[in-house]
Amino acid sequence: MTDLLALGGRTFASRLIIGTGKFSSPEVMADALAASGAEMVTVAVRRVDLDAPTGPITNFIDQSKYLILPNTSGAADADEAVRLARLARSAGLPPWIKVEVIPDPRYLMPDPVETLKACETLVREGFVVLPYIHADPVLAKRLEEVGTAAVMPLAAPIGSGKGLKMEAAIAIIIEQANVPVVVDAGLGVPSHAAAAMEMGADAVLVNTAIASAAHPARMAHAFALAVEAGRIGLLAGRAPELSTAAASSPLTGFLREG
Amino acid sequence: MSVVSFAERFTPVTIRDAVTRGARAGASDVRAAIASGASDAGAVAALLSPAAAGMLEELAQAAHRLTLQRFGKTIALYAPLYLSNDCVCTCTYCGFSMGLDIRRKTLRVDEVVREARALGDHGFRNILLVSSEHPKHVNMGYVAQCVGETKRLAQYVALEIAAADMPEYETYVAAGCDGVVLYQETYDPDVYARHHLGGPKKKFAWRLDALERAAHAGVRHLGAGALLGLADWRFEGLALIEHVRHLQRSAWRSQVNVSFPRINAAAGGFSPENPVSDAQLVQLICALRIALPTAGIVLSTREAAALRDRLVPLGITHMSAGSRTEPGGYSEPGAAGEQFHLEDTRSPAHVVRRLRELGYDPVFKDWENMAPGTDSQAVVVEAAGA
Repeated sequence: MTDLLALGGRTFASRLIIGTGKFSSPEVMADALAASGAEMVTVAVRRVDLDAPTGPITNFIDQSKYLILPNTSGAADADEAVRLARLARSAGLPPWIKVEVIPDPRYLMPDPVETLKACETLVREGFVVLPYIHADPVLAKRLEEVGTAAVMPLAAPIGSGKGLKMEAAIAIIIEQANVPVVVDAGLGVPSHAAAAMEMGADAVLVNTAIASAAHPARMAHAFALAVEAGRIGLLAGRAPELSTAAASSPLTGFLREG
Repeated sequence: MSVVSFAERFTPVTIRDAVTRGARAGASDVRAAIASGASDAGAVAALLSPAAAGMLEELAQAAHRLTLQRFGKTIALYAPLYLSNDCVCTCTYCGFSMGLDIRRKTLRVDEVVREARALGDHGFRNILLVSSEHPKHVNMGYVAQCVGETKRLAQYVALEIAAADMPEYETYVAAGCDGVVLYQETYDPDVYARHHLGGPKKKFAWRLDALERAAHAGVRHLGAGALLGLADWRFEGLALIEHVRHLQRSAWRSQVNVSFPRINAAAGGFSPENPVSDAQLVQLICALRIALPTAGIVLSTREAAALRDRLVPLGITHMSAGSRTEPGGYSEPGAAGEQFHLEDTRSPAHVVRRLRELGYDPVFKDWENMAPGTDSQAVVVEAAGA
């Protein structure tokens, strides 16, 4: 069965995207990446040496196997996000950008107004734009209208590992979306990722849950299996959920007797 | 500034009372404080209490977990670059104190550039410009120029200089300043008065509100701290946490980091009235991490190498390495007097190697210059291609 994720004019066999922060070494990150089966990996532009973009992080990522998705982590407003995206592109990174506009350094909540502004500009400049957003269904539609390639609502605060706290809002986003929905941030364990995929998310992005695990590569593999299981489970079409047990026909069974 | 600034709401007597009550805390109070993240002063006092001193492993495990979740296994590396040791302040503990017979020097801007280049050769992309207080030699125009020139060589530039007013901080932000570090030294006004005998640094409240002014001027990263050894460390710890929590509410756009250097030997031969032991330092680091899970914790080379290595997993997020505390010290060591004596004299390469052995990723670059104009080249390329 071919079930590819179509995103930004490309297709991906894996629906798991990996973040590269917080790992104890680039080698541990590379091992986790290999074990995850991911084909897309996000890298903070601020961590990359833009004068020599094959520096500490990026030279551990084989760009023939993985698409590098630069992100604008560190940007606090639209202008800064736009500048980081341009810097990344002119340094030779792919013209894809995960827009993160985060003015709040504690809870790391994205700014919806500035995110929309940044996305408008970057879409116009030809980037494939993937915005990281709060699970806000109206914002998701607005971003779709300006031409983003996907929307990336958070499941819970970044790094919190709390799971699908925003489930009800994410369900609305998925139901209304005309672009892929990538659930990003807050997934703590593989079952959270499976649940997101069962809901109909097109992909998930995981970083802390893998990087801060005792065995990052094993956890990356576990997430890969969970994402696949959740996706197949969705496509298989689940049995209906009922609020009561439905055994035989205790009240009308007599009609078939005799 | 916020409606009520920290200096206006800060009441040392309340802090002292909370510390006194904390002395009666038991193990269950400590465990409750760990579990709840010590959301009020009473719970913080429990983390700093004698009872918690007997539960250091429990504190350390919690601090380690919180650090791993928020920061992962990375340590950001930075280097101090001393601009000047010319000083008009008389402070009992400081090697730059006015009147001390040391070789004085204020670097010319080209010498600052030479120092920044020397640091760049070691890999540093995060530079903290440090200066003593001298309104004439270390004036606003000079500092702004030093920030601008350093910013050409390093992506992240912070300042640790005299407390300033908002327009001055705005000037530094425009020049490229990403952070302001300003330790209160001590949060006890009486002790503060006894150690700051002359010069503009005497103004306790002006200093106490400086970080808030910097934040409102657009400074993105704030560094708060206390100099351990002057007053009771439990009082300092609780006051510092209250200060940071105030900043997190009133200056919500700025990241707050904390540090608590212990007083070391310096010219003048000062010895601290309230020395802090290694175990007390560990307790303080753990309490800060539990109470402030999103704050970076900065550890300088004042501490010995062996201890620094062991403090890393407890909550440290930022470390200096290969530091010199005299102006010009990287390109011309010993040409001027140092501020204090350093314990960890390992080279940056040595510290990097050791961090990797400990299972941590040493990070030199974690910032990019996002100021207007930085992408001008990209725009030109785009226009040509269109």
